[in-house]
Amino acid sequence: MRIKRVAAVAAVAALALGLTACGGDDGGDTGAGSKSFTAGTTMEKLNKAQKIKVGTKFDQPGFGLKGLSGKPEGFDVEIAKIIVKELGIPEDKIEWVEAPSKVREDVIVNGTVDLVAATYTINDKRKERIAFAGPYYEAGQNILVKKDDTTITGPDSFKDGTKKVCSVTGSTPAETIKQYVKDVGTQLVLFDTYDKCRDALKGGQVNAVTTDNVILLGYIAKDEASFKLAGSNFTKEPYGIGVKKEDADFRSFINDTLDKAVADGSWKKAWDGTAGKFGAELGSAPTINRY
Amino acid sequence: MNVLIDKFDVFAGGFWLTLQICILAAIGALVLGAIVAVLRISPVPPLRALGTGYVNVFRNMPLTVVMFFAAFGLPALGSNADFLRIPVLDSLFTRLGTDLPYFRFALIALVLYTAAFVCEALRSGVNAVPAGQAEAARSLGLTFGQNLRHVVLPQSWKASIVPLGSVIIAMIKNSALAGFFGVVGDLSATADQLTGAEGYAFIPVAIGISIGYLIMTVPLGALLDRIEKRQAVAR
Repeated sequence: MRIKRVAAVAAVAALALGLTACGGDDGGDTGAGSKSFTAGTTMEKLNKAQKIKVGTKFDQPGFGLKGLSGKPEGFDVEIAKIIVKELGIPEDKIEWVEAPSKVREDVIVNGTVDLVAATYTINDKRKERIAFAGPYYEAGQNILVKKDDTTITGPDSFKDGTKKVCSVTGSTPAETIKQYVKDVGTQLVLFDTYDKCRDALKGGQVNAVTTDNVILLGYIAKDEASFKLAGSNFTKEPYGIGVKKEDADFRSFINDTLDKAVADGSWKKAWDGTAGKFGAELGSAPTINRY
Repeated sequence: MNVLIDKFDVFAGGFWLTLQICILAAIGALVLGAIVAVLRISPVPPLRALGTGYVNVFRNMPLTVVMFFAAFGLPALGSNADFLRIPVLDSLFTRLGTDLPYFRFALIALVLYTAAFVCEALRSGVNAVPAGQAEAARSLGLTFGQNLRHVVLPQSWKASIVPLGSVIIAMIKNSALAGFFGVVGDLSATADQLTGAEGYAFIPVAIGISIGYLIMTVPLGALLDRIEKRQAVAR
């Protein structure tokens, strides 16, 4: 008897959920498929298929972070959503694919994803294999130190050879900081994640952590009592959307979309709701560079 | 594939650092493993329990976790593994250009973990010596130590060589983890640097580092095969 009642309640609940889910779908679908694109372009192909694969990071607070909800959140994710919406594809048809730094070019070249939005610095080396739309944000490398540290004031503080600095293996910041340290072997520590660097800084094994300011500000936002930035940004890291090298149409479509997003305020809205929360002074949209 | 030629020096540097970690860790693991093996077969129950406990802890814990404890647990306990800065080793580290504690942390983790397997390999060798040998030695009035030194260990080494070799080969491969725990520039970290920062395609780089590891492991395996064959003739 009891089991029957539970079953009945469950059935009703399932039905109700199903109904609301349907309702949601109907609402979200408006406009999807109504866009038209030139035949043969990537935009038309994606619009026809009504689905898209987007590569992003799952471990980057503020930009692309896959938390307990199971859906990635952050500025990169919001920018990707703006582009996908412009393609006439509903948000729930996006398949999010993890794209950690070391495989970003490969997933684009191999066609595993249709585009990559993953704190992806535009540089010439990468342009040899893929193409970038954007930039949609300009970050800069900075240095995180303990709150009471006054001895490190910028990258030049590493030149005397005594201070140890931590970054992530294979990242652009790790390569950049090499020019500032006297001896790589004794001063540079590399881990596979920035979380480990932060722990090493807290434990006192290193004196500083270096990477893009937005990532460091994420750590400060979580633990203001322990950390601060030392000095100001010493590089420019324009973040772009990675697409296939030969796909000029898709690239200029994304560039147009980004321009539009800046003009109509959706860029600002995406920024303020995500990484912009770490610090008001950070956010302004850079000019799109149609190289 | 031109990354293999263009960046040959990077691969070679990574190979060299991995080789150094492996040689130091192998020496440490063989020494510690032998000590634990002696504990495990000793006639004193508390020592035996100590040896058994050690093997059960380190054989059953993932190396990643052991590495984590070494790299983040030791500092939390206030140690930078400075006890490894004994005169000879210290000068070696300085020459390696690695004065960072993470090289020592990785070494400690590899040695602790591998020693458990070395102990078991040695013990399997001891078990291969007929029990009559040890009993005869005891009845002649040899002490436990004399018995081990003159009768059991010389014979057990032969039977342990092949399993020991497998343990060391596994250790060489396991050393790849050091690159993710603060050791800069070993073979595995080299792959990350080339594909991440410099944007080379993943597969040629992976082939490059695989060749690096194979250069260390395949000749070792071939050597063991030869030793095994020679032993077969001797018997």
